Amino acid sequence: MAIWQFVGKRVANYFTVSTTTFRSLRPLINGDSSPVNIFGYRRFESSKAGQQLDLVSSDDDEEQNQGVDFPGGRVGFTSEMSFLHKSSKKRVQCYRVLDDNGYPLSSSQYQHVNKELAVKMYSGMLKLQTMDTILYEAQRQGRISFYLTSYGEEAISLASAAALSGDDLIMPQYREPGVLLWRGFTLHEFVNQCFGNRNDYGKGRQMPIHYGSKKHNYFTISSPIATQLPQAVGAAYSLKMDNKDACVVTYFGDGSTSEGDFHASLNFAAVMEAPVVFLCRNNGWAISTPVTEQFRSDGVVVKGQAYGIRSIRVDGNDALAIYNAVRVAREMAIKDQQPILIEALTYRVGHHSTSDDSTKYRPIDEIENWKTARNPVSMFRKWVQRKGWWSDEEESEFRANVRKEVIQAIQVAEKTEKPPLDYLFSDVYEEVPINLIEQERLVRETVKRYPQDFPKDVPM
Amino acid sequence: MASIFQVIGAATAAVSSSTSFDTKKFQLCSRRSVSERKSSFVVVKASGSNRIGSRADQLVTNAVATKADTPPAASKPGHELLLFEALREGLEEEMERDARVCVMGEDVGHYGGSYKVTKGLADKYGDLRVLDTPIAENSFTGMGIGAAMTGLRPIIEGMNMGFLLLAFNQISNNCGMLHYTSGGQFKIPVVIRGPGGVGRQLGAEHSQRLESYFQSIPGIQMVACSTPYNAKGLMKAAIRSDNPVILFEHVLLYNLKERIPDEEYVLNLEEAEMVRPGEHVTILTYSRMRYHVMQAAKTLVNKGYDPEVIDIRSLKPFDLYTIGNSIKKTHLVLIVEECMRTGGIGASLTAAINENFNDYLDAPIVCLSSQDVPTPYAGTLEEWTVVQPPQIVAAVEQLCR
Repeated sequence: MAIWQFVGKRVANYFTVSTTTFRSLRPLINGDSSPVNIFGYRRFESSKAGQQLDLVSSDDDEEQNQGVDFPGGRVGFTSEMSFLHKSSKKRVQCYRVLDDNGYPLSSSQYQHVNKELAVKMYSGMLKLQTMDTILYEAQRQGRISFYLTSYGEEAISLASAAALSGDDLIMPQYREPGVLLWRGFTLHEFVNQCFGNRNDYGKGRQMPIHYGSKKHNYFTISSPIATQLPQAVGAAYSLKMDNKDACVVTYFGDGSTSEGDFHASLNFAAVMEAPVVFLCRNNGWAISTPVTEQFRSDGVVVKGQAYGIRSIRVDGNDALAIYNAVRVAREMAIKDQQPILIEALTYRVGHHSTSDDSTKYRPIDEIENWKTARNPVSMFRKWVQRKGWWSDEEESEFRANVRKEVIQAIQVAEKTEKPPLDYLFSDVYEEVPINLIEQERLVRETVKRYPQDFPKDVPM
Repeated sequence: MASIFQVIGAATAAVSSSTSFDTKKFQLCSRRSVSERKSSFVVVKASGSNRIGSRADQLVTNAVATKADTPPAASKPGHELLLFEALREGLEEEMERDARVCVMGEDVGHYGGSYKVTKGLADKYGDLRVLDTPIAENSFTGMGIGAAMTGLRPIIEGMNMGFLLLAFNQISNNCGMLHYTSGGQFKIPVVIRGPGGVGRQLGAEHSQRLESYFQSIPGIQMVACSTPYNAKGLMKAAIRSDNPVILFEHVLLYNLKERIPDEEYVLNLEEAEMVRPGEHVTILTYSRMRYHVMQAAKTLVNKGYDPEVIDIRSLKPFDLYTIGNSIKKTHLVLIVEECMRTGGIGASLTAAINENFNDYLDAPIVCLSSQDVPTPYAGTLEEWTVVQPPQIVAAVEQLCR
């Protein structure tokens, strides 16, 4: 720790300027030294942003020493008129632990992951991929109406979920079923929601992939983009009031960062000092809109600083990097009661959803490249296998088993009863009000009178 | 007559509202309506406001025949306060009672709220529980929804109802929907409140009647308060309800004074209020228009008519039980509202009554509402967009012919 006192303000200034300093800090060893201490000495700095930022940069022009206490803090003056650059010359660098071949970079700081955790993470990624493949096919066969895959982003959802505790509240966008998978949602539960049958926790009221599970602290997915962001801040506010040892983690894509809710949520979270981790899956595409048409800033990570939030850019295809970054972010969020922004750079290998054909707006070889060369699952596999924790036989066996399980779950779900008619009217309010009772009665009458015009398999 | 209305609070018009509820009728109401809440009722005879023109008050007290079935059972004399104070009292009592109740909105904390509804609460409960938010309505409404899903009971204040148009996405797509789409796993017991309606030359953007835009959203309940008595009761009921409730206040009614009971009372969210029982015609109204109607009622009584005035209070769902009983008695309906002609509460109410009580009507329903124009700033123009008592009198005379 003495190093920190020596380096002191210098590093402090660098730290607020860019996250590249991270790599020049003393490397973490073997998980014993708590990484939080490294950040701990700058606790509360963000909340005193206006007051404690140095007036003087490296120049010692005496004019600069005269400042004025404007509302919001003391500001120094300069006689040189210069506009801030619209972006820094160098892009914010990306934190990674493993290289393209799954070898840990020697200089990377990361906490060691044990075999159990690594295997659980990897097998979770495989399970997610297999589940996605089969359910996508099921949609193509007309068995379910819609599906959305997580190809290319398996590492983000599984590794981030692995870094959290079960008490942390998850407010997802829609491309994070991996988090739910980690938390123990069974294949049956997933498939039931996609088929909208009687066993669906959502009681057949939402489109496929709009999962929600209170017992897993996974808030029901709502289709409009970015609506979960202010809700996450509200949930964090609730945790803060109750002083809980938990945080809220909310996921969203690059497209969501254009929504007004994104900006207000970051702003609120910073002002309120709410324990939220904002995890942006910057996968390069918002349906057919590439990020170059979405924003002109250096990605999403720089926006965090604009709101006074600690931010980091992470390689989203590197499971260990995600794991470490989320773990540290979570600790910071809870201990220091402040929001953190993580930008996970990745690529959306699949189409946006089953309603999309992405080959129409992007080159096929680009998709192929990301699918093979920088695939998160294969990158992590290399690392896990090299450690001797996984083998090719286990791989094929596991894949075959999951495939069988998913197909079996589909078969069961298809045969399961659809939700009964009264599910149409319940839960609109706490108790069914008179007008809805009346409307239900009318529906039943109509169905009784014209049974041939209505589906037979809906239980009345 | 219109000039009397220029007095803020417009309290001269109404106000001898004797809310005496026949207990049997009330029990029936409870069974049929959604909430099982038992409201402890105290019969209150509200006194008129001590404002200019209170001579008119005495006129009202004498002219309006009140049917008091039960003698006033109130043991304590009660206390007098203004409507915004009544709201605050209700809010404070609920915050005291349940630690999960919190308030969020612009300037609600140290400033005490733009209309002083949350004055003093931040000092008492801290600025986390009475939270000042930055100016982003969609986002702090979303915040309230997220907090509600996690176990709190937030009250979201819009500085003016019109600003809540920015929150429409969160209210429609999430607030009203998430209890349903999550299969009942997550509930959203929020109260969204704020002042709306046509004020005193506030311009079009600050004179919105949001009830017409929100009335279609499934999953929410809407109530409109009009007196300090029902403001406090509805506020408490809304907070205790597990459904999301939108409580509509009116900018011009905040300074209404009334004597309300000392003991605790909670009103029924789905119930309409019988303001003045009568025989000839049913006049349905809510919020500020209640006072215009009562003003017109004075004139009508002098001319020999006996209007029955009902303050519908519950805008979603409509209390068709009370309304239906009234229609079965009078067979004539006049709706007086502040919403626009197209797509307002009056339009929906007309449809609902026509559907359910068509057989009982002697004449088509007449609906008096504002024109389909943005509310102008100029005082005279503004006055012409709002339904005035002479129009109400004329409409009743026409109906009863």
